[in-house]
Amino acid sequence: MSEIFFHITVLVYLVATCVYTAYLFARKDNLISIAQGALVAGFATHTATILSRWFEAGHTPATNLHESLTFFSWVIIGLYLFLLIKYRQKVLGAFVSPFALMLIITASLLPKEIMPLAPVLESYWLPVHVIIAFLGNAFFALAFFLGIMYIIQERYLKSRKLRGLYFILPSLDVIDELNYRCLQFGFVFLSVAIITGAVWSEYAIGSYWNWQPRQIWSIITWFLYAALLHGRLTAGWRGRKAAIFSGVAFVTLIGSFIIINLVSGGAHGLTD
Amino acid sequence: MNLIVVGLNHKTSPVEIREKLSFPAATIGEPLKRLTNHFGLNEGVILSTCNRVEVLAITNDMEQGVWKTKRFLSEFHSIPLEKLDEHLYVHCGEDAVKHLFRVAAGLDSMVMGEPQILGQVKDSYGYAVEHNTAGVIVNKLYHKAFQVAKRVRTETKIGESAVSISFAAVELARKIFGDLKGKSAMLIGAGEMAELAAKHLINNGIHEILVANRTYEKAIEFVKGFGGTAIMFREFPHYLKNVDIVIASTGSPTFIIKPDQIQEVMKERKQKPMFFIDISVPRNIDPLVNNVDNCYLYDVDDLQGVVVANLQERNKEAQQAEAIIEEEIEKFYRWIKSLDVVPTIIALRQTCDQIRKAELAKALASMNNLSDKEKKALEAMTSAIVNKILHHPVLHLKKEANKIEGDLYIDTIRKLFDLTIDEEALKKAAQSNDD
Repeated sequence: MSEIFFHITVLVYLVATCVYTAYLFARKDNLISIAQGALVAGFATHTATILSRWFEAGHTPATNLHESLTFFSWVIIGLYLFLLIKYRQKVLGAFVSPFALMLIITASLLPKEIMPLAPVLESYWLPVHVIIAFLGNAFFALAFFLGIMYIIQERYLKSRKLRGLYFILPSLDVIDELNYRCLQFGFVFLSVAIITGAVWSEYAIGSYWNWQPRQIWSIITWFLYAALLHGRLTAGWRGRKAAIFSGVAFVTLIGSFIIINLVSGGAHGLTD
Repeated sequence: MNLIVVGLNHKTSPVEIREKLSFPAATIGEPLKRLTNHFGLNEGVILSTCNRVEVLAITNDMEQGVWKTKRFLSEFHSIPLEKLDEHLYVHCGEDAVKHLFRVAAGLDSMVMGEPQILGQVKDSYGYAVEHNTAGVIVNKLYHKAFQVAKRVRTETKIGESAVSISFAAVELARKIFGDLKGKSAMLIGAGEMAELAAKHLINNGIHEILVANRTYEKAIEFVKGFGGTAIMFREFPHYLKNVDIVIASTGSPTFIIKPDQIQEVMKERKQKPMFFIDISVPRNIDPLVNNVDNCYLYDVDDLQGVVVANLQERNKEAQQAEAIIEEEIEKFYRWIKSLDVVPTIIALRQTCDQIRKAELAKALASMNNLSDKEKKALEAMTSAIVNKILHHPVLHLKKEANKIEGDLYIDTIRKLFDLTIDEEALKKAAQSNDD
């Protein structure tokens, strides 16, 4: 069942991404309405995918890379749709949609079998930790795309040649403000995810911290984002510099996430 | 319907010609009366703005009507027609309707999509109503034109982007700062351009304006009008860190703001963005200021470029506007055609019935010994023949009238049967159609 929903989701996101891309070139308002409709429809089937998989597996579907990527892209789209209602950032969708599509296509290429969960990991900490961690990552992803939007818009304004995306991108101030907010929320969720991860590890294998790669890279990412937020607060890092820095931090985050999962086969290799 | 537009605009004629041809609003009644009474046009409207002078008229004969309108323009302003003719454009029938719709929607204006023209078209129609030169067709036509202009405005973004330098500057500021509320600006030099920019900034909710001028008195005078704060000219660098927007327009031959100075200012204001507008020639702000992080500098040429870019973006909207106009023309013509077909059918029926009656009377005169019953049968039979013959032509006329070549059918029927249209029937049909 989840299999069918999964394929429909991939198709609908593909449509949304194509229409979003067309919007970026043609800049016609009716195109973005269609794209948003497709994104919402995709999110609905995506939700059905997650729920049916959850039911089939009997635990949170985030224990191998296929499941994790599917879950992550679901959280990103969900968060984006929430922000769309709150801040009306329509153009951001044109960046989020292809990213979610890329994640879910990658997921479709990976082994899909439902693996039995190692008994030590069976705990209520699983959904709590996973959802918090992915929410943090999703906030950082949105901050990353807002950073890209900032860099594009600033380049138009600096070069004094206004065309194309300049007319549809929001003002620098709005992008920067929203980027800052996403970073703040992402940072809070990342911190809580590290703590819940440690507590869960204590329950499962009897140690809070045992220098696993996942833990080391989480701390590295945490320090990068802490430095960025600190710089923004005290030294007035903003705009392009901050956008580039948040890009570096996000690439670190995603890179470590994928590599560790590929090497350990999910569950951060804690059970090996 | 024979609708014509004769006139000239900024594209076809230089200002010297346009100003000679203009009709002042205060005395517009006289030319309107001359047009309809003396030159024999049925209905007429005169539109006179600084960019165009146009006469829209309804006539019985297109060619004659165009000729009369041209003579009217030439005679009324005492300009020989040979001199005038090369600047005049003529639109007839559907073209004329399209022209009116495009003008009203601002698509034919020098600045694409500008809104003032709609008001001017409304005024011109108002004068025609006031002086009784607007009839059924003109009424319907202009109401439709206003409706189309409104539709274009709401369904496309044609009127949105800034197309003057000072508007462009404010829009840029909004793309940098988002909301201008709570932001402050500094004017260095208190000239006319600075005044215009200040007005726009205040309209957009700017929080505070500082004014620095070489003669302090002038700055004080300037501030009286706008409610800003005057500062000493030599002190302006100390205030830079407090303002977000700087507008320079002094007569200074050298740069008064330099990049290293701004670098310091940016450090002090924690890299909050700054927007510099240099509207002075020679320039007052070193172009290298644009290279400082989070600083954006635009001079007069850059702003001009922004205006052009905005205009190009508008042209994209224009295509959509043209499509709306085509659609509305079709609707309008469907109405016009239905106006024509009804009296044509009535005339067709009447003509045939007259022939039938005349022939029946002749036949009855030579047959003396017919009973009343037999006479009635003949009457009924001839009526039935006429009705049966006319049944299909009338049906097709009604159907074709709403299509593009409907005119052709109506015209052919009129010619074949040599029909004359009853003016009263036409007016009645028009009124019942005019909602």
